[in-house]
Amino acid sequence: MSETNKAIDNPFLNGLWKQNPVFVQVLGMCPTLAITNSVRNAVAMGLATTFVLTGSNGMISLIRKLVPKQVRIATYIAVIATFVTIVDYLVKAISIDVYKALGPYIPLIVANCIILERAEAYAGKRPVVKSLLDGLGMGLGFAFALSCLGTIREVLGAGTFLGFHLFGPNFEPWVLFLLPPGGFISLAVWLLTFTLWRERQAKQKQLAAESEIAQAVGAGS
Amino acid sequence: MNESLTHIFLDAFLINNFVLCVFLGMCSFLGLSGKFGTAWRMGISVMFVITVSSVLSYGSNLLLVWFHAQYLRLIVYIIIIAATVQLTEMFIRKTSPALFRELGVYLPLITTNCAVLAVPLFQTSRNYNLVQSTVFAIAASGGYCVALILLSLVRERTDLGDIPMLARGTVLTLVLASILSLAFMGFAGMGNGG
Repeated sequence: MSETNKAIDNPFLNGLWKQNPVFVQVLGMCPTLAITNSVRNAVAMGLATTFVLTGSNGMISLIRKLVPKQVRIATYIAVIATFVTIVDYLVKAISIDVYKALGPYIPLIVANCIILERAEAYAGKRPVVKSLLDGLGMGLGFAFALSCLGTIREVLGAGTFLGFHLFGPNFEPWVLFLLPPGGFISLAVWLLTFTLWRERQAKQKQLAAESEIAQAVGAGS
Repeated sequence: MNESLTHIFLDAFLINNFVLCVFLGMCSFLGLSGKFGTAWRMGISVMFVITVSSVLSYGSNLLLVWFHAQYLRLIVYIIIIAATVQLTEMFIRKTSPALFRELGVYLPLITTNCAVLAVPLFQTSRNYNLVQSTVFAIAASGGYCVALILLSLVRERTDLGDIPMLARGTVLTLVLASILSLAFMGFAGMGNGG
């Protein structure tokens, strides 16, 4: 119980790790799978989403008392679409290369379910600072997950990391990992790894608790 | 008119299948493909929403260009989609209450389905005319529908299989989707001739 309380108190870490949007909540799958064929694209996408998520969370939290309940979803979407339009022009201004690589997926941030989910589940009910922190945490957690996937796919599929060649000239890249099936399979592998790790931790915690009880019983008798 | 309608259709339906090759509409693809019954119903409603919103956004894009307000495109499109979803919901509730009860929870989710938003965006960036846009919308949403149905049929079988507890759920779905996507890669060759 104390753990959940701690998680609520620290929205930033909660989003980054405990409730990681990709590995735990399995949300926002489209950009996760589509944009992760190179680390650079993955990081750019992650940062763009972080910006939108932080901005929309803050804005929605500011106006949460003014919005009637019936039209809240439409209002949220209008706010999110505004921030996405800003990001769209921002990325175009910063780097045309990245803009071309991300292509239609920048406007599609609007339809990223993480953002609407956070607005509905968190920012619509909580004060501004907490919502901003939550948006930042969730966004960076998303960026972290994207770069995990991007690393695997770029290293195996092209033999490079951030454009630097890692292996010698004899390396034959495993192109499948740059293609759509590779995206599905590498996400499956990451999810499996994280589930395994979590399960093992839970088991260890249970064992520790059991031995503590056993000790207490032993001491009592 | 530099692209033939057949080519647009085949391209959106098979070669660049929206779900398996371009990764759009993943959330509902992974979430709603558990049962064949839900899958085909969801597929049909998405097809309807995509086709209607594609035609509407074609018209509104003309208006926006007329007023030189292209920066409002995204906001206008998403509002059109939200309205179309609402319309579909009302329509289904009137005509078939049973179907409405079945789909109830999933209908609002169509709004945040990126496949729905992608169709108007793609047709604008590719400068399709009205007929081309409609064909594109039908083909893209048909491809979504087919992928959803295929995956749901496979998943109904694997539910009965002997699969380690750890790999059940999302992981298994992703592996199945990967295999399906590998099969769809085979259509890529069709694109070169067009």
